[in-house]
Amino acid sequence: MTESNTNRRNILTGAATLSAGGLLALAASATPAAARSTRKSSAKAAGQDAELLNAAIALEHQGIGAYDIALGSGLVPASATDLVKTIQGHHKQHRDDLAAAVTRLGGKPVESKTIADYAKELNAASITSLTDIQRLALRLETGAANAYLGLIAPLSDSGLHLLVAQMAADEASHAAIFILDLKEAYPAKAPLYG
Amino acid sequence: MESNIFRSSIGIVCAMMASGVLAPDAIGQTIPVKKGPVAQAQPVGDAIAGAKLYERKCTGCHSLDANSVGPSHRGVVGRRAGSVAGYSYSKPLGKSKLIWTEANLDLWLKSPPKLVPGTRMGLQLPDATERRNVIAFLSKNTAPKP
Repeated sequence: MTESNTNRRNILTGAATLSAGGLLALAASATPAAARSTRKSSAKAAGQDAELLNAAIALEHQGIGAYDIALGSGLVPASATDLVKTIQGHHKQHRDDLAAAVTRLGGKPVESKTIADYAKELNAASITSLTDIQRLALRLETGAANAYLGLIAPLSDSGLHLLVAQMAADEASHAAIFILDLKEAYPAKAPLYG
Repeated sequence: MESNIFRSSIGIVCAMMASGVLAPDAIGQTIPVKKGPVAQAQPVGDAIAGAKLYERKCTGCHSLDANSVGPSHRGVVGRRAGSVAGYSYSKPLGKSKLIWTEANLDLWLKSPPKLVPGTRMGLQLPDATERRNVIAFLSKNTAPKP
């Protein structure tokens, strides 16, 4: 090795040592502020995710209320009540899963309104037949499927993406039942949702 | 003479806009009725296409005439954000002082949490044509329900 090469290596080693030391010193001084900033940013993102999920909980509360209204209307035949209760049960599971997620994110899950509130929102007074109930259910389930798909992009916690995608698929499955019940034209163009 | 100065001034302002010296935001701030962010004017959308898109994307949470998961939309264009009676808004939106101009609606539909952090609305319309069409539909529904 030539002297020139040795010197160059020493210079590089020394520089590297200094750089590492400098970096350590910098890191030591910068970490608390950086960590605070990261924590603040994470807390903000979690808070935003909780707000978005709370809107989804409100949607689930409304769906549960709508099926209560349907079951109490006397318009659903006995042969269909088990299926309606099963679908309502899915919405209750969604509500509970979303509420657990909101709590984990540090938020407070939104509470349900009264059945009278939902009856007013959904114009239940205009429901006079099973077909009216099926049409309302199709509208709500389709809307919910689209709403869940719309939540994927803004949610910052990627762990929540699967959760809302699963819920979108559930709602789409419910909607398909009512499309068939109502003998509606099955959409020819994909994607059907989103 | 005054006319020439006036024309020259318009020319300078237009040139500054074209060069990006005067941002649309800066111009918007001189108009007192426009509160908050203001985007550039967009071409007029297709209200019929917007109605279909509204039905598909928005009616899960909204309707024109009833508060639901989201507030009612009839008359939203030109309305102050957070002002529909009987609807409980998120605090950030209630305090935003935004006016729902078409430009602000465009920003909102592009990314609600970006325009108003802390909002509960998440649905985004990334496609500018879709946003214009929905806004055109909303603009058509400004009159009070008969």
